[in-house]
Amino acid sequence: MARWRYYNSSKRTRAIPRIEPRLIILSVFIASVLAVVTVRLYYLQIIRHKEFVELADRNRIRINRLPALRGLVFDVRHRPLVDTRPSFDAVMVPEDVRNVNQTVTRLEGFLGEDNVAAKLSQAEDDGRPPFDPVTVEEHLDWQQVVSLETHQLQLPGVSLEVMPQRHYIYGPVAAHLLGYVGEVAEGDLRHASDYRMGDEIGKFGLERVFESQLRGQAGGQEIEVDSVGRRLKLLREIPEIPGQSVVLSLDLDLQQAAEKAMGNWSGALVAIDPNTGYVLAMVSHPTFDPNVFANGITSVQWRTLTTDPAHPLANRAIAGTYPPGSTFKLIDAIAGLEERTLTPETTYFCPGGLYYGNREYHCWRKQGHGTLSVHHAIVASCDVFFYQVGIHLGIDRLAQWAHLLGLGEKSGIDLDNERPGVMPSSLWKEKRFRQRWYPAETLSVAIGQGYVAATPLQMAMVAAEIANGGIRYKPQFVKEEEALDGSVVRKFPPIVERRIPLDPVVLDIVRSAMCDVVNGGGGTGHAAHLDNITVCGKTGTSQVVKEAGNARIPEDKEPMKYRDHGWFVAFAPRDHPQIAIACVIEHGGHGGSSAGPVVHDVLQKFFELYPPPGSKPAAPANGEPQAAPSAAPESPPEGSVAERAD
Amino acid sequence: MALDRRLVYHFDWTLFVMTLGLAGLGLLSVLSASWGGPKHALDPLVVRQLIWIGVGTAMMAGAAFFDYRALASYAYPLYAMTVVLLAAVMVSGHVTGGSRRWLNLGVLRLEPSELAKLALVLVMVRYLREEPPRGGWSFRQMIIPAVLLGLPMVLVLKQPDLGTGIILVLVTATLVFAGGLNGRVLLIVMLAGALAAPAGWHYLKPYQKQRLVSFLNPESDPLGAGYHIIQSEIAIGAGGAWGKGFLKGTQARLNFLPEQTTDFIFSVYAEEFGFAGSILLMALYAGVIARGIWIARHARDRFGQLLAVGLTAIVFWQVAINIGMASGVLPVVGIPLPLVSYGGSSLIAMMAAMGVMISVNTRRYLF
Repeated sequence: MARWRYYNSSKRTRAIPRIEPRLIILSVFIASVLAVVTVRLYYLQIIRHKEFVELADRNRIRINRLPALRGLVFDVRHRPLVDTRPSFDAVMVPEDVRNVNQTVTRLEGFLGEDNVAAKLSQAEDDGRPPFDPVTVEEHLDWQQVVSLETHQLQLPGVSLEVMPQRHYIYGPVAAHLLGYVGEVAEGDLRHASDYRMGDEIGKFGLERVFESQLRGQAGGQEIEVDSVGRRLKLLREIPEIPGQSVVLSLDLDLQQAAEKAMGNWSGALVAIDPNTGYVLAMVSHPTFDPNVFANGITSVQWRTLTTDPAHPLANRAIAGTYPPGSTFKLIDAIAGLEERTLTPETTYFCPGGLYYGNREYHCWRKQGHGTLSVHHAIVASCDVFFYQVGIHLGIDRLAQWAHLLGLGEKSGIDLDNERPGVMPSSLWKEKRFRQRWYPAETLSVAIGQGYVAATPLQMAMVAAEIANGGIRYKPQFVKEEEALDGSVVRKFPPIVERRIPLDPVVLDIVRSAMCDVVNGGGGTGHAAHLDNITVCGKTGTSQVVKEAGNARIPEDKEPMKYRDHGWFVAFAPRDHPQIAIACVIEHGGHGGSSAGPVVHDVLQKFFELYPPPGSKPAAPANGEPQAAPSAAPESPPEGSVAERAD
Repeated sequence: MALDRRLVYHFDWTLFVMTLGLAGLGLLSVLSASWGGPKHALDPLVVRQLIWIGVGTAMMAGAAFFDYRALASYAYPLYAMTVVLLAAVMVSGHVTGGSRRWLNLGVLRLEPSELAKLALVLVMVRYLREEPPRGGWSFRQMIIPAVLLGLPMVLVLKQPDLGTGIILVLVTATLVFAGGLNGRVLLIVMLAGALAAPAGWHYLKPYQKQRLVSFLNPESDPLGAGYHIIQSEIAIGAGGAWGKGFLKGTQARLNFLPEQTTDFIFSVYAEEFGFAGSILLMALYAGVIARGIWIARHARDRFGQLLAVGLTAIVFWQVAINIGMASGVLPVVGIPLPLVSYGGSSLIAMMAAMGVMISVNTRRYLF
């Protein structure tokens, strides 16, 4: 210590520096450096240990996901509609190829493609290691598969990879209901933690709504890899759980008949079982082929589908809203009769129009229908009669009954994008436009024009409610979920949404009128007549907003886009109904002549498939309803009616 | 030279055992870093390292019984020889990893820069063993040491081997400081060094600059230059308190670590033996260094004192920079972990150096 003090004296610059004090300084310095390093190690190994363990595991473990087999979709008679098929991709492991140029040339020859070399060099540019397989061609056709298989020996390093691919067996049939699958979008990945980039996900229709049931649970392999990604060993394997299959209430034959009957028309058709609410057929035209999506849709195909002015991707059966036209008169009649502003005996005189306020409201039949009761007014679809019904009811009572029957609300069918349509009321108008309701507006609503808009499904439901006596079911198209072995996992029994308090007398009046629409003399719906089954129906024609100047153009010369939409709602048979149906044909003109034949074909097919119990000896049951309307002698004017439909 | 009984009696077993302990941990780490699994044959690296430990132990014993004072007369010839070897590397050196560092001597490959560290210490101590004048060594008196440092420096940096260059500078600085540099000169040199650092940046090779940048922000390029730092930190951190166990580290096994038998051997060790192992290793190094300084304080002559300081400084600076680099507190420079990293030249040179220290310690009882 003496030396230390000496060193520190004022003369220190003149003294000979000694080693010892400097060794002390050095020791302190060394000790502090080693302490810093040790603290750093403590920080890494103790404080941040967990984080680094995770990073080390993430370094070495790759998870190879094995997607589960997606559930199938069957029709009501257990015929597959959608399945998953193997799709073959040609893959090449560059490392295993001895002579790359030769192999590529051969492969291109067998595939009939010339982009193999480009894909390989692309993979190389992306920095893919040579042991990583490169997909050189996707979705090989059968000939390519056979060609590669038979020349396997000439193609070292090339192999076929089997990928599951969704397959819609009947292409566009029921495309809107079945929907389609696609690669999961980046936006969906954020709130669906069990999906990974590249996974398949239901995008539309059944595929989307029943995604969680159909999908199953992906399995996976945990694989240890080294720093360049070479697979070393399998650490853990989690088996995949296949998805559940879905059995629909849809009948393939009926669906196909309906698609065929719709022909090239745009429009929609919904057929439901009035006793259960199960959907028997659902058509929306124009349609699309969902297989396009499963193959990996190209941007050109996507643009074509989305920008098509005919909107092939929209499901018109649930998302197309149309003024219901004269089919709405069924609701007028029910509301009037139930509210007793109308009786079966009430008659109004139709001179061909009605002055209300200071305006004349025409009947579609310029020469008028004369004096008629509610039965004939429905059969002949007289506008003036229902103007009167509307005036006497007022909009709010009419709206109340329309709502009870399901207009202006979503039916609750398990499909996305269902639209509620519109059933106006004074409150609705107040909210929507901040205006009071003008009584004259009720006249338009009474003939299914103006603000009122309904979907084909809603009108099919109205027909079903009339048919079954006022039970409103939730429309369903899935009957069962099945496990892979065919055992039923879950049933979807009919669900009664509500019982509409309909007087049987009222129902009988409406039903018999609907019966005469199809079967009676002068009815507007003869097109849907069947020989051995009593069909009840109602036609409708909903006006498309026209340019004022074109009003006088003869109808068959009118441009397509200004032509009216044709409606037809029906149920059959009259007693113990088995099917309720609604069909709209866009710009088809009169419902009786456009939608009527379509409904006819569908009903005919339906009763071929499901003949009503004792239908052969049921010839009297056929005639009975026809005899029922006591007012038959008062039949409205005929002749032009059948041509003009309504 | 007759063997004095006192040499055996006063032999520094502490330093000897600590040295062998470090070499033993090094052997385990080299084995682990080169382990290919039980089915694979032992990597010849391990066998070679074992042989070198044997040779090194013999060298250490030989040096311990050799009178260190005689080294003074060999200082300049040894120095000259090393410079010639470094020059020979320039001409006909063996290139690996972009650097020309090795001389092929038939069966052996010699890395002269490892010898240069020892030779420089020897020649520096030879010069500094004179008592400094009053007030300490002046600036002018430091010209000769500067030239002695500069010659091997230039040759080493040309290889390029920045790591060894840095060690040469730091060891010289330590020696000059302990040897009695004038306080004012010391301050001026430190200030000048601080000012010259940005200018030195200009002379760095692009990959050396890249290393510095990625050191300052490793996440800026996680798969590029920052990769080594990140992977090394992951290995060390994943070790935790007790380590993953011998031969169970995944970072080394799956080749995520760069230069895992040499520069990054510490990461391999720390992953398998954890913080407990790190403490053991740090304690052994601290022990060796403390022993070195203790020897310096108790040596009988100034030559012995400075010799102990210089050799200890080699150990200290290499440990600090190597572990600092592996744990991410210092930029990546290629410096072996003394006595632990794989490599014959480094290992034998370090064991010989420990032998010289033992010699210094033992001989304080002789005169």
